[in-house]
Amino acid sequence: MSVFALGIELDGEGTHPAAWRRANHPPSESLSGRILTRRVQAAENAGFTLATFDDSILSPTADIRARVDAVNRASFVAATTSTIGLVPVVETTYAEPFHTSSQLATLDYSSRGRAGWIAARVEDHAAAAAWGRPVLTAQSDIDREQRDSITVARALWDSWEDDAVIRDYKNGRFLDRGKLHYIDFEGESVTVKGPAIVPRPPQGQVVVFGTETDRDQVDIVLITDPNRDRAVEAADRSRGLTFIEVGVTLDTPAAAAADRLAALDAHAHAPETPRLEYTGSANGFVELLTDLAAHTDGVRLFPTVIDEDLRELARYVLPALFHSDVAHRPVPGSSLRGNLGLARPANRYARA
Amino acid sequence: MSSNELIRPDAQVHFGVFFQGVNHTTIWSDPASGSQIDFETFRRIITTAERGLFDAFFLGEGLRLREQNGKILDLDIAGRPDAIAQLSALAGITERIGLVATQNTTYNEPGDLARRLAGLDILSGGRAGWNAVTTDNAWTGENFRRGGYLDHALRYERAGQFIDTARTIWDSWSDDALATSVDSDAWSVPGAVRHLTRSTSQFDVSLDATLPRSPQGHPVIFQAGDSPAGRDFAAAHADVIFSRHGTHFDDALTFANDIRARLRAAGRPADDIKILPSTQIVLAENASEVEEKRRWVLAGQYTGQTALSLVGQVWGRDLSDRDPDGPLPEDDPVPAPIGVTRGAARDGKDPISIAKEWRALAEAKNLSLREVAIETSLRSGFLGTPGQVADELAHWVRAGATDGFNISPYIVPGGLDEIVDWLVPELQERGVYRTEYTSTTLRGHLGLREPLTRRRTGETDKSATG
Repeated sequence: MSVFALGIELDGEGTHPAAWRRANHPPSESLSGRILTRRVQAAENAGFTLATFDDSILSPTADIRARVDAVNRASFVAATTSTIGLVPVVETTYAEPFHTSSQLATLDYSSRGRAGWIAARVEDHAAAAAWGRPVLTAQSDIDREQRDSITVARALWDSWEDDAVIRDYKNGRFLDRGKLHYIDFEGESVTVKGPAIVPRPPQGQVVVFGTETDRDQVDIVLITDPNRDRAVEAADRSRGLTFIEVGVTLDTPAAAAADRLAALDAHAHAPETPRLEYTGSANGFVELLTDLAAHTDGVRLFPTVIDEDLRELARYVLPALFHSDVAHRPVPGSSLRGNLGLARPANRYARA
Repeated sequence: MSSNELIRPDAQVHFGVFFQGVNHTTIWSDPASGSQIDFETFRRIITTAERGLFDAFFLGEGLRLREQNGKILDLDIAGRPDAIAQLSALAGITERIGLVATQNTTYNEPGDLARRLAGLDILSGGRAGWNAVTTDNAWTGENFRRGGYLDHALRYERAGQFIDTARTIWDSWSDDALATSVDSDAWSVPGAVRHLTRSTSQFDVSLDATLPRSPQGHPVIFQAGDSPAGRDFAAAHADVIFSRHGTHFDDALTFANDIRARLRAAGRPADDIKILPSTQIVLAENASEVEEKRRWVLAGQYTGQTALSLVGQVWGRDLSDRDPDGPLPEDDPVPAPIGVTRGAARDGKDPISIAKEWRALAEAKNLSLREVAIETSLRSGFLGTPGQVADELAHWVRAGATDGFNISPYIVPGGLDEIVDWLVPELQERGVYRTEYTSTTLRGHLGLREPLTRRRTGETDKSATG
């Protein structure tokens, strides 16, 4: 594989429910734009190819009850960063695919081609009540919404050809309407006529992330498995680009990783993790990522405490991976697609 | 009340900029016209507006591309961003200016939209506004799950319930709900969030709001409806009216007086709503250049094809093969059961009587088709040297006809430069325009009281004007 890309999840203060106790600021400042910008810029300076922003209409935990939606967070930092990909989670079970498509295309413009999308199913029934929509419980219904949402978003992103704006002064025409297309999508629960209200995004198609079930529709499959061998097998088996999700707790100058975890657990019990976890030294983590790089195209790292683990990642882990050529810094001025080795796709509606 | 009485001698002019992104009033044929969608265009306008100490930057919304005679309208600028996502990006590069998103109550759900607006409000430090609009046509609905047609009578019912629900979501956190130290017992104060359950004719919602109050309490509500029902709706819910009465002083004053009466009837103070009409301001440095500038702007806005399109909307058919500098069509419009032009103005008026008026006008003034289109358009605004226009605007505001103006630049992104560089200093010299921001929030810039809901419950809002 030619690319091994490094991604980092920046939701909240980290994955541990007590992570906020180790943050550099109190909870009352945790939602501010200033802290968000500082975090994403730190990840960009460290050399991450992309930052992801988890989301839900529901509270993150029973105690941590607040979160700004992911598209707003990604957008807020779009114009004050220059290289890092910005990848919000946007759910597909209850959201309007037309709005989702517009929001992500807009992020692609404000970030100049650095937008991605983690298309996510919602399993929690409470989300339906918060949305004010009839609950979907059957997996087949939830899968259908995921499929239809991605189909609609992708079709809308192509519904303007790249050269649809012509500014034909002589004939007074701004658009070539032959290069705008109705998508005429008719699904079981949603119909979308099109075309989009936003012109085709700079990347042509925003980079879409999903699960193995979504393989045929997404650019990158996220692999979430606590077992290293199973995760690697899944990556080897998948017919396309994959990222393995890895939780990470590192030794810091002040405390060993295991002691850090124990201290956090004393405050709040961490739920069982669904993903591969690493606890230990930076060197050991470099070894693990070097091992994974032989099988997968990238990782999405979940820091236990962002303010502590991001610092160690930036100081010790990323420099080592860059030095050994396992990973590369993203290229300034390049799109997220470009930094992931993905071509800018042709438009499905364009006539040759 | 005499129209020249200055009932508010100390009133200040408030400016907003309305980035329309569609329709023929935005000239795209000039070499100075930039991309309608590249972020740089938005960055340039908003930083110019902030340099000019504007209250707010507005984005419009259209959830379906406009069509005429069943085809996508290709004459005008089209293609614009999602308002909230774009305003969040702009929040990241600005410090003070308000950020107002036009968002539909028909094709959104309150649990989601209230959360996205509150997110913008939090990230911007209390600078968010929401221009709440309604849509009732099935044509726009073809892009959404809801699909079909929302009965016209229900659109304000839905909008009212929507805003009530959104405000309840925004108000469901106690002040100071978040811990101020990492050594606190818990991240949030137990009991600080009230669960919301709402069951109405339009909504069935049950949620815990996921955002605290912002420095301005919650987003400022803008409303644009002009019908009696729309005005009552504003008097019940809005903080600001984005009005259509920005061309004729008497008309604006009548509208403002009507709103003040409706506010009193609704039990609110008469100055509880700020009125910002949509307007266009055309400036020329010298009096001798004013007429030339006016003609240049109109020629750019009303190209021959645009004039044929506007007249074609009334006649209900494609006139694009006619000579725009020739006469109006001689035959009468064919009345259509529904408007053939979608998403444009003039929906719903009787085309035969409009045609009759227009022919009479053409005859009386010896006007070509294109000249009639120009003469009869929903033209709005001010024209003159910066000093002349500053005098007029100051008079409007001090006489109580309006609180300020929402300016639509006729060229993007450079069209605001003249306003900020020429007009704002003239207003400042006259003492009717701020010389620095005195607040950090949109509510504060506009001089609004605390959110309505906070007053009803008798609670004070110590941070409303931040």
